[in-house]
Amino acid sequence: MNKLVIFLVATTVGYLSQQPVARSTATEIGNEEQIIRISASTFEFKPSEFTVKRGVPVLLELTSQDRHHGFKLSAFELRADITPDVVEKVRFVPDKIGRFTFLCDVFCGDGHEDMSGTITVIE
Amino acid sequence: MNDLMNRRDLLKIAGMGVAVFVSGTTVRAGGTQQKENDSFYFVQLSDTHWGFNGSNINPDSQGTLKKAVAAVNALDDQPDFVVFTGDLTQTTDDRKIRRDRMAEFRDIVSQLRVKTVRFMAGEHDASLDHGEAYQEFFGDLHYTFDHNGVHFIVLDNVSDPMAAVGEKQLQWLKADLKQQKDNARIVVLTHRPLFDLAPDWDWATRDGAAVIESLLQHQNVTVLYGHIHQEHHHMTGHIAHHSAKSLMWALPVAGSVPKNAPIPWSAAAPYNGLGFRNIEAHVLQARYTIEEFPISKGE
Repeated sequence: MNKLVIFLVATTVGYLSQQPVARSTATEIGNEEQIIRISASTFEFKPSEFTVKRGVPVLLELTSQDRHHGFKLSAFELRADITPDVVEKVRFVPDKIGRFTFLCDVFCGDGHEDMSGTITVIE
Repeated sequence: MNDLMNRRDLLKIAGMGVAVFVSGTTVRAGGTQQKENDSFYFVQLSDTHWGFNGSNINPDSQGTLKKAVAAVNALDDQPDFVVFTGDLTQTTDDRKIRRDRMAEFRDIVSQLRVKTVRFMAGEHDASLDHGEAYQEFFGDLHYTFDHNGVHFIVLDNVSDPMAAVGEKQLQWLKADLKQQKDNARIVVLTHRPLFDLAPDWDWATRDGAAVIESLLQHQNVTVLYGHIHQEHHHMTGHIAHHSAKSLMWALPVAGSVPKNAPIPWSAAAPYNGLGFRNIEAHVLQARYTIEEFPISKGE
């Protein structure tokens, strides 16, 4: 497999509980497809922040740990449903730099309004 | 007693200033105006979030709704009816607590002197169980009623957790609109904004554009909604959209801060940003006068 995987998601729950915000760094990013694995659960995304390069294709792999959530990244006109036991794959090519908000757009409970994150697109 | 005096009474009760917004092309006359034969008014309360508990956001979470009920009851000339535009209760995963909160809310608002009260759901009430508990307590999620020449349409854009009206309800709406004259006076009551106010803050209805397209076929349509916990006015074509303040916490202006989060309580300005409003319908002119009233300490 000639793809660079950006490991933004820790592999243990214990680690995640100590790292509520995981961040990628520019030095990790090459020019091959950027794979971002995002885990959704009440009421947060992990990671809630990540960085990608403009013009380099991105594959989002979205999973839910508990219930139906949504993923909406309106800056790139992306949205997906995230349901348990399914890896939802979303591909796009970021064509503009900046910081953009993504959020859960499926009401999921008391804390839903807090369930958002930020994608940073760099040169 | 004319309606101007009634508003002064309300102002006295509320204990603070009043903001007036006139919807339509005709501006309300001055202080000598008598109540028009074709007019009536109703009160809109919204986003009461009964069951919410957060002292840094609203340390009077148990008292704010009751103060609003008392203020409405203190009016000499009662409104024709009261509407609650959603998020009556704070959401919970617990089925029993959800119903307990709805029962408590219902008990509190049963103290209103005016007995015609129209309810609608917010996502906090209805999204987690698709409106099951809400319907047990408050009835249909979408419906219509007519009052003194105005056709009111209550739309549900919350019982689908994906914030959609849905094709079935959209067809129901179209069928209802088909029965209305082109110049019928129509007021739509709903919870979420029907237009894309701030999709990144979840301030939108997924298929709201289709709803608005249907409504645009009629000449006199006004939309009253809640959800965003602040006063906001917007036009889509000739349709005016007016949002109401909350009776639990205020939210910032969309995009003014990075995150959509409640504005913390200010001891220096308690109840700041909270309130309710009345809407006077001038039926012949197809015009609505909206007056905003804050909540006072009740001192």
